[in-house]
Amino acid sequence: MWADAGIAAVKSLVMLLLALNLTLVLLWVERKGSALIQDRIGANRANIFGGILPFNLGIVNTLIADPIKMFTKEDVIPDGADKLLHFFGPFLAVFPVLATFAAVPFGDVLVIGDRTINLQVADLNVGILYVLAMSGLSVYGVVLGGWATNSRWSLLGAIRGSAQMISYEIAMGLGLIGAILTFGTLDLQAIARAQGATIWGVIPAWGIIYQPLGFLIFLVAGIAETKRVPFDLPEGESELTSGYFTEYSGSKQATFMMSDFAEIVVVSALATTLFFGAWQVPYLARDGFHFPGGFALALPQLVVVAMQVVSFILKILVLCCFQILVRWSLPRYRYDQLMDLGWKTLLPLALANVLLTAVIIVLAG
Amino acid sequence: MGPVTFAVLATALVVSALTVVVHPSPVKSAMALVVTLFLLAVVFVFLGAHMIAALQVIVYAGAIMVLFLFVIMLLNLSDDGAEARHQGGALFRLGAWIGGGVLAVELAALFLRVPFPAPATPPAGYGGAEAVATALFVDYLLPFELTSILLLVAIVGAVVLAQRRAA
Repeated sequence: MWADAGIAAVKSLVMLLLALNLTLVLLWVERKGSALIQDRIGANRANIFGGILPFNLGIVNTLIADPIKMFTKEDVIPDGADKLLHFFGPFLAVFPVLATFAAVPFGDVLVIGDRTINLQVADLNVGILYVLAMSGLSVYGVVLGGWATNSRWSLLGAIRGSAQMISYEIAMGLGLIGAILTFGTLDLQAIARAQGATIWGVIPAWGIIYQPLGFLIFLVAGIAETKRVPFDLPEGESELTSGYFTEYSGSKQATFMMSDFAEIVVVSALATTLFFGAWQVPYLARDGFHFPGGFALALPQLVVVAMQVVSFILKILVLCCFQILVRWSLPRYRYDQLMDLGWKTLLPLALANVLLTAVIIVLAG
Repeated sequence: MGPVTFAVLATALVVSALTVVVHPSPVKSAMALVVTLFLLAVVFVFLGAHMIAALQVIVYAGAIMVLFLFVIMLLNLSDDGAEARHQGGALFRLGAWIGGGVLAVELAALFLRVPFPAPATPPAGYGGAEAVATALFVDYLLPFELTSILLLVAIVGAVVLAQRRAA
């Protein structure tokens, strides 16, 4: 029993650290990436060794100096704010996002001795519903965080944010139904395993091949859920200063920022799990590679597991980078355009996708 | 679910449910209701009904309560209304005490007289997605479809009413 508890604790820690570290790395990717996109030199104010190194250590600034600065700043609570909710707002924003990772499998099974460890924190048979439930709860951080500060800008941001998140959650959930129908299960680990098969023995049977439209809907709705450009109306710098977290400073503001970045990682992790083969490496089975054409390469189990975890992280990073590319390429939507996209474009498309998928599945038997 | 888990969960549930009723601030009342619904979902998880737990959080905590909060915030209800709530007449108070007393006596009698059955072991897959889906879409398909028509009528009615006021 204690061994089980220990394994569960280690798995939770691994997943939590993975999420938090990816979040922090993303902060740097965002700064450097935006600099690359805008053709300027970015994040370069850390010339520590006086120009001896051929590259500069801007990454140090972002990864160490910035967080320390953020978390040691003065915490200002505005007059008339609701102190309790002002304190809990950032927690409510970041907790559901991090809790989502519990259902995401980061590898197949690891066999140590006679013990088989499922590389997933919580093996839920309703994994997808759990994810949707957590993303539903993440609205509270925005709503209460904005309301608690007793500021008009924050309240406007909070109301915009909650309307946006509820609207796109519906499209997101319906977009996922296609994938659920295809794989016939709500269990994320089972979905991950199903994607290890191949079509005609050559093409990896990843979700995106069956559900291209579902992926598109999920990605757009997911980006909208992260509340970043082009869907950043709840924060809208030029009109609401910072929207729902205008009146937060120091570590609380950092926590809100972190929850935004963690949401990018969540969306990428879910898109990876459902549409890009989760931790699968093409042609890699538990005992090694089985290439089409009968060529096989046996590998020790630890190497296989390591490759799976690395492939999972790499896929997440690629999708994160894509989202940052989107964020720095597109202008902000107008509010009516945002609502039109959610309700009049994504929702009918998602319904059509569900219908189409269901008909094909019934016809194909 | 062991007795300790149940005691902890039940205490938290009762405290948060009482907070919903007692707390003077509408927003915090609503938040306490969210906590109550969430804890109820946790109870469902411990009972093995994962599907129901997920639906509980998605529908109640994630959707309906957000609308509640929305309304409370937009109407900007302040704590001032709290005193008015407590200013019932003497007759009103007497009625509340009598009603509450009767309910308490009834509950106590129920607990004392009815023996608690031994916990039954649920069948395999109980409360999972398959079991719930079979109940909804096979056993009770007609009531389910009738309910959805009822909801559709309600939605159309709400839209018509809202538009008439706007025009």
